[in-house]
Amino acid sequence: MTQQIQRRGFLKGIATLGAAAAMPTFLAACSDDDEQPSQAAGDPNAPANLTFWTWTTNIQKVVDIWNAKNPTQKVTVSNQAQGEELITKTLTAHRAGNAPDLIHAEYQALPVLITNGVAADLTSMAEKIKGDFTDGTWALTSFGGKTYGIPQDVGPMMLYYREDLFQQLGLTVPKTWDEFASVARQVRQKDSKRYLATFSSGDPGWFAGLAEQAGANWWVNDGGTWTVRINDEATKKVATFWGQLVNEGILSGKPMYTPEWNKAMTDGTLLAWPSAIWGAGVLEGVAPATKGKWRMVPMPQWDATPATGYWGGSATAISSKSSQRAQAEKFVTWLNTDQEALDALISEGGIYPAATKGQSSTQLSKAPAMMPNQPSFFADAAQIAQSARGFNWAPNVNVTYSQYNDIFAKAIQEKSDFAAAVDAIQAASVADLKKQGFEVKEA
Amino acid sequence: MVAAAAVRRRRPRRRGGPTPYVLLAPAIVLLVLFLLVPIGYTVWLSLRASRVTGGGLGIRKEMFVGLENYTSVLTDSAYVDGLLRMLLYGLIVVPSMLGLALLFALLLDTPRVRFGAFSRIGIFLPYAVPGVIASLLWGFLYLPNVSPIRDAFEAVGLPAPDFLAAGSVLFSVANVGVWGGVGFNMIVLFTALRGVPGEMYDAARIDGANEVQIALRVKVPLIMPAIIMTGIFAMISTLQVYTEPATLQPLTDTVSQTWVPLMTIYRDAFVNADIHSAAAASVVLALGTLVVSVAVLTLLQRRAFGRDR
Repeated sequence: MTQQIQRRGFLKGIATLGAAAAMPTFLAACSDDDEQPSQAAGDPNAPANLTFWTWTTNIQKVVDIWNAKNPTQKVTVSNQAQGEELITKTLTAHRAGNAPDLIHAEYQALPVLITNGVAADLTSMAEKIKGDFTDGTWALTSFGGKTYGIPQDVGPMMLYYREDLFQQLGLTVPKTWDEFASVARQVRQKDSKRYLATFSSGDPGWFAGLAEQAGANWWVNDGGTWTVRINDEATKKVATFWGQLVNEGILSGKPMYTPEWNKAMTDGTLLAWPSAIWGAGVLEGVAPATKGKWRMVPMPQWDATPATGYWGGSATAISSKSSQRAQAEKFVTWLNTDQEALDALISEGGIYPAATKGQSSTQLSKAPAMMPNQPSFFADAAQIAQSARGFNWAPNVNVTYSQYNDIFAKAIQEKSDFAAAVDAIQAASVADLKKQGFEVKEA
Repeated sequence: MVAAAAVRRRRPRRRGGPTPYVLLAPAIVLLVLFLLVPIGYTVWLSLRASRVTGGGLGIRKEMFVGLENYTSVLTDSAYVDGLLRMLLYGLIVVPSMLGLALLFALLLDTPRVRFGAFSRIGIFLPYAVPGVIASLLWGFLYLPNVSPIRDAFEAVGLPAPDFLAAGSVLFSVANVGVWGGVGFNMIVLFTALRGVPGEMYDAARIDGANEVQIALRVKVPLIMPAIIMTGIFAMISTLQVYTEPATLQPLTDTVSQTWVPLMTIYRDAFVNADIHSAAAASVVLALGTLVVSVAVLTLLQRRAFGRDR
């Protein structure tokens, strides 16, 4: 009898222990995590262990400089993913409660982070470094009077072309889009294996930059109401131009950043690449054998006024749930405004900094590693950047971009009208914005 | 217990006391924590949505929306197209995969097979390759400008087939799935064949059957339960196809981000940051899988579990 009582008591003990262990996890799972802790206070010089999710090339070398100077405030870099994928991961991590302290966010991704409560309000911190950036650059990270990110780099668009192949095939560099179309036809006539360029269904940011050059304004926020005009005149002009050439087979329609594209850039199947200022860095990774064969010039123009758009460019944001807010702010200020950091970002990361101090850095007197044949690369780029214009981003850019992928892939496959594809993206984007509960005004 | 002549009838007391429950406890805890709780949470999520209050870049609030997510999922043409495409994919993959596995198993079971062990390992090897790697591998073989297959065709002077064209991409993706799955199913069926007593074949040979007749009339019916089981598992994994199309999607224009239902669920949950629609779509897919599995099992119950049930 006594044995049975002992066994029963033992089992009861196990059961209560188990229940007690399970309860906290249950409660934690049910807790509401919509609150934003206001942690502007805090000692910026206290020891810290910051995590930084970013994909800038060689950023580890820049962070090493900080780590050497601030041994008690270590920053750990994690190259989780690139571009849209990193935003996806950050949103998921934030929901799970373990977002990184420092987030690398492209400008179009900031609204998504803001409405999901991921990006902290950095207005008070931005006040202190207001003069380090132009007003136009601050406009990229400020919404509704508050600033949510410190600009890191900008990506004005320009044209890269294979100088050697242009000479070999006897082509002239196009200065207008009409000339671009005629050069594209010449390429196909002279060598049926080559194309002047490709239209990528996988790079919505690239297409947005082309639309910006033409004067598009996809989203306008007017006192809380959004006006969506993805299918405005300018965008349709760009879409129709590329669509006609792709559907006729004059331009390629295959996506960028695939093994096939890498090979095409290396062996000259593609002769030109409308890209951004960071394109030289990408070429180094994708087609290193073509070093010294590319030249950079302004993009072909639509009319007499020089203009160009932006492709990418990013800011650094801080997680709203970071418990090391003050130290994170100190690091972000250093990373994006300190001369030494900016010099390192240029020489190691191959990016064009947004800070005015960075744009006059001595590092910009050398050409990027991939283009020793163009020592005036950055001076030319600075000239081009002066004519760059962008537009505002809505909170559902991620939905618009994923619709772009599918809709344009289908349009290329079926050789259908690209302007109609733009209409379809407009419809899907407006529908999603309304579904999420935003006020939308039909244009 | 002593069956005494007692007036009251009591159920015999189970020997061992509470020990069985203690031994079951870990499995039950794991089942509840990692299967039942997440399923419950998914259903709960699918009945809610995250809506913006206040204009501009207003902050989101989660609220109860009833069956709104389900109606939007079922009326979403991308999701429904993906469902139909997945069914077509299943119709291609399951018969070819099982047919090939059965053929190889039967061939390897013949009495005078040569290089048996080598063939078994060779056929099984693709199964050991992780899905993403296999898809990337086949991606290189499919992309025209980096494919050795195209080079081989052009060396002979024939036009190379376009594996990723709109009409052939379904078969190309199915090919990756079949290539990876044949090995495992072949091993299962081969093992079932090994379990058949040899006297059956002797009896058949005495009656004058040749090898092909033995294979079709004796072996296949005897391993029918194994064939049906592998068929059902193949069907269930087809309903969850994701790795192959998702890996091939960035490489080509012919695979969309909603090519199969699980890709739509991934896109909703992680790219569009709309976990509630994804939860609703997951519940719909899970219910569909359950219905199909139960239907097939019921229909084939007798043959799957043997005639003695």
